[in-house]
Amino acid sequence: MSERMKTNFFRALLYFALIFLAVICFIPFWLMLINSTRSGNEIMTGFSLLPSNSLMKNWEVVSTNMSLGRGFANSLLLAVLNTVLVSYFSALTAYGLAFYRFPGANVIFTVMLVFMMVPAQLSMLGFYDLTNKMRMIDTYWPLFLPSIASPATVFFLRQYTISILPRSVLEAPRIDGAGELTIFHKIVMPVMVPGIATMAIGAFIGSWNNYLLPMLIINTPAKRTLPVMVAELSAVRDITTNLGATYLVVAISVVPIMIAFCFFSKHIISGIGAGAMKE
Amino acid sequence: MTKAARPSREKWSGMRRRELYGLLFCMPFVIAFLVFSVYPVFRTLQMSFMNYKGFGKETFVGFANYIRAFKDPLYWDAFVNTLKMWGVNIVLQLGLALLLTIAFNDMKYRIRGLGFFRAVYYLPNLIACTSVAFLFKTLLDWKFGSVNQILLSLHLIGAPVNWLTGKDATAQIVVGVVGAWMWFGNSFIMLMAGVQGINTSYFEAATIDGANRWQIFARITMPLLRPVMLYVAVTSLIGGLQLFDIPYLISGTEGKPGRALYTAVFYLYTTAFKNNQMGYAAALAFVLFMIIAVFCAIAFKLMNRKED
Repeated sequence: MSERMKTNFFRALLYFALIFLAVICFIPFWLMLINSTRSGNEIMTGFSLLPSNSLMKNWEVVSTNMSLGRGFANSLLLAVLNTVLVSYFSALTAYGLAFYRFPGANVIFTVMLVFMMVPAQLSMLGFYDLTNKMRMIDTYWPLFLPSIASPATVFFLRQYTISILPRSVLEAPRIDGAGELTIFHKIVMPVMVPGIATMAIGAFIGSWNNYLLPMLIINTPAKRTLPVMVAELSAVRDITTNLGATYLVVAISVVPIMIAFCFFSKHIISGIGAGAMKE
Repeated sequence: MTKAARPSREKWSGMRRRELYGLLFCMPFVIAFLVFSVYPVFRTLQMSFMNYKGFGKETFVGFANYIRAFKDPLYWDAFVNTLKMWGVNIVLQLGLALLLTIAFNDMKYRIRGLGFFRAVYYLPNLIACTSVAFLFKTLLDWKFGSVNQILLSLHLIGAPVNWLTGKDATAQIVVGVVGAWMWFGNSFIMLMAGVQGINTSYFEAATIDGANRWQIFARITMPLLRPVMLYVAVTSLIGGLQLFDIPYLISGTEGKPGRALYTAVFYLYTTAFKNNQMGYAAALAFVLFMIIAVFCAIAFKLMNRKED
């Protein structure tokens, strides 16, 4: 009996610790949401865990000083472009590498693996220089074209396709005389959808959150993405002097991702797990 | 293994043309990869031997940039700062992830709600670095930040703590803790995936042989988790040594207090884009790459040695 009570006690203690950690993870977001509904004065005088009534006032300050809607649209456009390019071209490349034997396939695969290990900052300066020489500074091209080549996604989808798609599936349509690209579109892609979805969500979030590259490449204020706008917040005096408005700007950039996470958390998490197991 | 299946060179010409579609399908990838990934790395390497402002003429200077890099105290200070922040980060991140993995795999307590906890722990990782930096900068504000307000009202501190603009070490620890807050959920998911990849028959056999929970954990789970832990540690090191966004933004793009939040990539960025010394910055990038490679090699050596 006492042994059982001891077990129950420690179990309760363990749950307490786990919930405490969950609170630590969530409370900054909660404070952010709450503070975006409070006035600057309220925030300066103390904290609260319950909302107040200044949301609309804060929004007025934000909307008169920043074109957040524009940034939102820009970020969305880039995220969609990146997601589509990553998904389609990675699937196509993965299928090409996995189901055809052509000269150079192994070379492509090996070089791809080597470059997966090269840290990003090695290519950053060269990439910026290239963008500069191609006169693509202040355009969106350098922010989405590189998505055509996403080695990690190709690698994941290659393993995925091999494990999920039997070679025999391709025989019938080939006998019927279907073209190879048609087979890919009509038969292979639909089968790959779960794997593609996992990678697509990651690509979307990665693009939505990307900061360094858009910051380096975009100069025109109207072309800036949401993270760049948030980063330049400290330069907007009317907003930084009103802490409620500051929190609201951050909240607007964060909430879409939180909503997406509510719907896709299973996919996102299985994608990370898969990332660990591939090594 | 694929070699046996591959047709010999003479056969290619007579091969069914269909196989060449594979090459065609890979072409967009190959072109984009060569232009946007491979070329920039070699271009950075080339620039590192040049005196180059990022525009205009470039002149070859041999190893001058590298010699300067190795003698540059600002760079090494920044590097040491990076290591300190990463050190705080990885100990917390991997420690928490490991404790959580033990808790959720314990056969005695049988903790439920893994799906919920995993999702909440992972949430901070999804948020843009800029938002995280700004959020914590505001929450940790000396005067008006919620953190000091909460701690004061709970009487945990007597006076407001100057988290970000006070002592160097405090600011560095804060950045390390924020990093751990962002990444421990990610490590936890990876370790859990690693545990689930272990064949359950090992656990069954050990239980039948009378092993207790700690023996199973120490003798089976831990050794089999080593590759995943190595993966987490190495990816964290590669990412951690390139730490930039959070310290850059949390310090208001200046590395304050003092230069405590100046990191290696922060310095590289300033050198390249604010001081217009592209060539020198390229050399700094390669020096950092060499250091990362050495660290990774040591990590692999240490991890593999124990397996004998």
